[in-house]
Amino acid sequence: MNADAGIRTIAPGIVLNGLCKTYRTPTGPIEAVRSVDLRAERGETIALLGPNGAGKSTTIDILLGLQRPDAGEVAVFGRTPAQAVAEGRIGAMLQTGGLIRDLSVRELVAMMAALYHEPHPVDETLRLAGVSEIADRRTGKLSGGQTQRVRFALALVSDPDLLVLDEPTVGMDVESRHAFWSALRQLAARGRTIVFATHYLDEADTYADRAVLMAHGRVVADGPTTEIKAMVGTRTIRSTLPLVPVAELRELPGVSGAERRGDSVDLVCTDSDAAIKALLVRHPQSRDIEIEAAGLEQAFLQLTGAGEEEIAA
Amino acid sequence: MSILTYTRYELTRTFRNRRLVVFSFGFPLVLYVLIAGPNRHEHDLAGSGISAPLYFMVALAAFGTMNSVLGSGGRIAVERTLGWTRQLRITPLPARRYFQVKIVTAYATALLTILMLYVAGAALGVSLSAGSWLAMTAMILVGLVPFAALGVLIGHLVPADSVSPVVGGVTALLALFGGVWYPITGGALHVIAQALPSFWLVQASRVGLGEGGWGVTGWLVVAGWTALAGVAAARAYRRDTERPAA
Repeated sequence: MNADAGIRTIAPGIVLNGLCKTYRTPTGPIEAVRSVDLRAERGETIALLGPNGAGKSTTIDILLGLQRPDAGEVAVFGRTPAQAVAEGRIGAMLQTGGLIRDLSVRELVAMMAALYHEPHPVDETLRLAGVSEIADRRTGKLSGGQTQRVRFALALVSDPDLLVLDEPTVGMDVESRHAFWSALRQLAARGRTIVFATHYLDEADTYADRAVLMAHGRVVADGPTTEIKAMVGTRTIRSTLPLVPVAELRELPGVSGAERRGDSVDLVCTDSDAAIKALLVRHPQSRDIEIEAAGLEQAFLQLTGAGEEEIAA
Repeated sequence: MSILTYTRYELTRTFRNRRLVVFSFGFPLVLYVLIAGPNRHEHDLAGSGISAPLYFMVALAAFGTMNSVLGSGGRIAVERTLGWTRQLRITPLPARRYFQVKIVTAYATALLTILMLYVAGAALGVSLSAGSWLAMTAMILVGLVPFAALGVLIGHLVPADSVSPVVGGVTALLALFGGVWYPITGGALHVIAQALPSFWLVQASRVGLGEGGWGVTGWLVVAGWTALAGVAAARAYRRDTERPAA
């Protein structure tokens, strides 16, 4: 027992090293994942971002032991995924998945709880996942959002140390999403390690400590979400400034592009500090000035676009 | 892990499935009453030496249990399509246990089908010694083993939306050529029938004549089908788990 506790404190959360996975398909081999490295410390919340086909789901499948990598190493709390799963330490919401029928929500959660040595109490799990009110309803009679929340309950019922969620909020309504993220925050606060894949960049921005961007089976960026935005480093200055030609605005220091929308102009900046100073000096009639950091969306497009060129080159 | 609790919920949801209740319990019972009722005084059905109520009691028990045991395995296809089997693979439930629980559930429905037909049979005048009832039941349960393996195989080969017709079709063919609807006692059909596992299920009624088990041919056929379907099912399962998610 003591040795076990020792391992728990020393071993990091998740280590993926040089993962490769190629699927053989009738139309030829598909390299789903090409040498992916990924680490997550215990208690960290990580967002896996990337377009369809980026390799997110394959990476998650390997992390869960559902797929065996062709090359590379996987460790979850210092064990193999299969060991971590057998110990009930991983809870997961897979990308696709329905619920078996002819049971109530409570019965289904109780059925799955029976598979673990020390499950989370069923009623507490229902409450945490926000499905207490529909606990007596049959699983076949749920809306899409309710089904997702029940699947979330199934991921939580083992009281897992690692929670893996593959596009968890797809199909959730606004209310479900809100309940989902507040539950996830509670879990993160209790020191759970969380990995979630998403298309919604604002979700990564708001809820993750770190974002890992994937494209074409590779990790193209990995860092705090603020850092990733800084890597791209663009900010936009918006100002009401009639009559000034955009060509003139493009000449301003720190400005990489300008666009006019009626009376207002958008200046895309590589150095917004220099740009705002120059703007106020040369065009003091500027008013209603706003400076916006680029969304992760923009950062994402630039980074994955760059990844594509790299591969083509 | 509480495999008993898990099994209890699996049973609960199986018996809540209306289609199963109709096809595995209602249908064989109604057919039995319709076929054996008018012939209940027939003591030697088509030269088989067996009374009509006894012959059809076992024949329709075979029909109903074939359907429920094949269907139980077939429902694995539905759970695969749902992504439920993947969900189970990230729990501590070993795959072996998953199949065991499926088979236990199938046998529970089969036992109920058998008991219901026994009650109906007794009402139509079937009278056997306690030992014969037990021996007959044991033979049916053993005779269902290849069907459990076939069910798991179907569950891994057939798409979810085709499971019902495939299970229904396989049951109908095996019932027809296995002698469920009429005793097959000679000719080419008898040769074919002897090679089918369904024939030996129906033959369990011969216990009523004071005859023993299946004889060597019966055991070989049942064991052979079990081995073949079992190996094929295991192979289909392995291939299925190595495939990426759809």
